[in-house]
Amino acid sequence: MAAAPQQNKIVRWIDHRLPIFTFMQHELNEYPTPRNLSYWWNFGSLSGIMLVIMIVTGVFLAMQYTPNVNMAFDSVERIMRDVNFGWLLRYLHMNGASFFFIVVYVHLFRGLYYGSYKEPRELLWMLGVVILLLMMATAFMGYVLPWGQMSFWGAKVITSLFSAIPVVGDSIVRWLWGGFSVDNPTLNRFFSLHYLLPFVIVGVVVLHLVALHQHGSNNPLGIDRKGPQDSIPFHPYYTVKDMFGLGVFLIIYAAFVFYMPNALGDPQNYVQANPMQTPLEIVPEWYFLPFYAILRSVPDILFIPAKLAGVLCLFGAIGVLFFLPWLDTSRVRSARFRPVYKWVFWLLVIDVAVLGYCGAHRPEGWFILAGRLSTLYYFVHFIILFPVIGWLERPLPLPTSIAAAVTRKGGAPLGAASPMEKH
Amino acid sequence: MADAAQPKPMDAHTHDSGTRRDFLQIAATSLAGIGAAIAVWPLIDSMNAAKDTLALSTTEVDLAPVQMGQRLTVKWRGSPVFVDHRTADEIKAADAVDLGSLRDPQTDAQRVQKPEWLIVVGVCTHLGCVPLGQKPTDPRGAYGGWFCPCHGSQYDTSGRIRQGPAPLNLAVPPYQFTTATTVKIG
Ligand code: HEM
Ligand code: FES
Repeated sequence: MAAAPQQNKIVRWIDHRLPIFTFMQHELNEYPTPRNLSYWWNFGSLSGIMLVIMIVTGVFLAMQYTPNVNMAFDSVERIMRDVNFGWLLRYLHMNGASFFFIVVYVHLFRGLYYGSYKEPRELLWMLGVVILLLMMATAFMGYVLPWGQMSFWGAKVITSLFSAIPVVGDSIVRWLWGGFSVDNPTLNRFFSLHYLLPFVIVGVVVLHLVALHQHGSNNPLGIDRKGPQDSIPFHPYYTVKDMFGLGVFLIIYAAFVFYMPNALGDPQNYVQANPMQTPLEIVPEWYFLPFYAILRSVPDILFIPAKLAGVLCLFGAIGVLFFLPWLDTSRVRSARFRPVYKWVFWLLVIDVAVLGYCGAHRPEGWFILAGRLSTLYYFVHFIILFPVIGWLERPLPLPTSIAAAVTRKGGAPLGAASPMEKH
Repeated sequence: MADAAQPKPMDAHTHDSGTRRDFLQIAATSLAGIGAAIAVWPLIDSMNAAKDTLALSTTEVDLAPVQMGQRLTVKWRGSPVFVDHRTADEIKAADAVDLGSLRDPQTDAQRVQKPEWLIVVGVCTHLGCVPLGQKPTDPRGAYGGWFCPCHGSQYDTSGRIRQGPAPLNLAVPPYQFTTATTVKIG
């Protein structure tokens, strides 16, 4: 497969006019990649594959789905019962959303642990945060489409958040709804945007990859590549590793799709939407729970009423990620060489898990306190601990090069056993 | 490419600040920018409630079958409206409240046209859930009005917020009694 573009006449003819083969050769085949990437580096390509799966299953679902309040629920039931393989398309799409978020969250925490957001990858990181925001909007609107009870009331509660904005809040909410409540106009626009946004995500992903290829991947040591002894070509080494990871991932994904397709969903969403009756408990999908907990936990802050404060913290929780490259004052990227941050990182993981747990329960009893403390910690972590640890911590000595750290011979060019020669 | 051969306009007229070409450039770009911004308005406004949605905004209710102490739910603009045929005790309880203790101070008289008929929009002013209390078996909260299951807001027999996160009283929709026993909401 390593055929150089010059070898085939047709390939050469095309490449001369549209340098697509040169481009692929350069970006995939020769693209020098650190030789020490771990399996945590699989989650980027997995995210890309999930995006493709979501778009493909979504386009085919849209051929059968009807965005009208009187027909939407029935059209989804028809997809499940009557359309050939409709159940498969829907379960792939429904569980696909969950797995997309799992993969992206792991990808994001990987970045946090190994300092992948630091110079020179600040824009790469910020584009990732933009993708996360777009994904959240897409998933939120997609969940409204089947028009179950949770679809309706989730949409109602989340859109009502904007009414917290002083003065113009109510007009904004009515503008979002296109009427006086979540209703047919709302469903129609959500379908339109749910179809559109994934393609916007594709665009941002392209920018994300351009930024990635500018400086290449970070690696578990967090030090720059210093020469050819530190890199291997992306193909075949990482294409193979990515494929293996994909195989494992697909087994787990398929186990959910085929054996427990509704395990991650809420049974209330198999009840058709009823605007006159609120279900006893409104719970978002699991991937929104930590943010939902933040929204509900925040009390009145000074002169800001709780409702507005909750909304501000909800958006702030993601907004703060944009500033990480500047909030982190440590010049060392990888947590491996940061004896304090290494542990504090896990506090964040625990904190987000606690938030998620609180988000799934009514804010009563000790959940109120746990929700408030974990919300407080989330912001303290980024806004206070990040800069302070960077100042106070004394990092361990960094290895002189990737090769020195990961090979016994320490830096002898990889070519000795000639795995790089592919012909 | 052609530019290279041309004299730099800056050299031709060096007034104290900028040239005529600078002015034209700034003026043209600003105008195009303003034009583009204005062109966005029809797109945004198309998402506001359409005329037919606005036209659907009245509901007639026959009050004759509603007994004293009974509560009726009707649909108005896609949301529930609570019609409460209040008992004398409930009216008295609503009147007796000290305004100073209210988050959104309003007298009961400001919220009803006829004291025995309380008509309010059944949408919690916190985040839009439908409070419980319409059915006799529902919880009504500590103040005898309505209880919102979502985050625990409690409303009194005048639909005023008494406890919980909601900031405002249940809204009173515009309505008028068209006969002694029918009311037009909206
Ligand atoms: C970023 C990618 C996407 C995400 C995260 C996403 C997420 C979701 C979610 C969470 C649902 C609700 C599933 C359920 O509970 O039934 C849904 C439904 C739906 N989505 Fe997507 N989606 C994506 C891309 C797309 C695309 C590109 C299309 C169309 C071209 C599409 C079309 C649909 C349709 C028609 C439904 C309603 C049918 C159903 O509920 O299964 N989706 N989406
Ligand atoms: S929506 Fe009623 S208390 Fe939150």
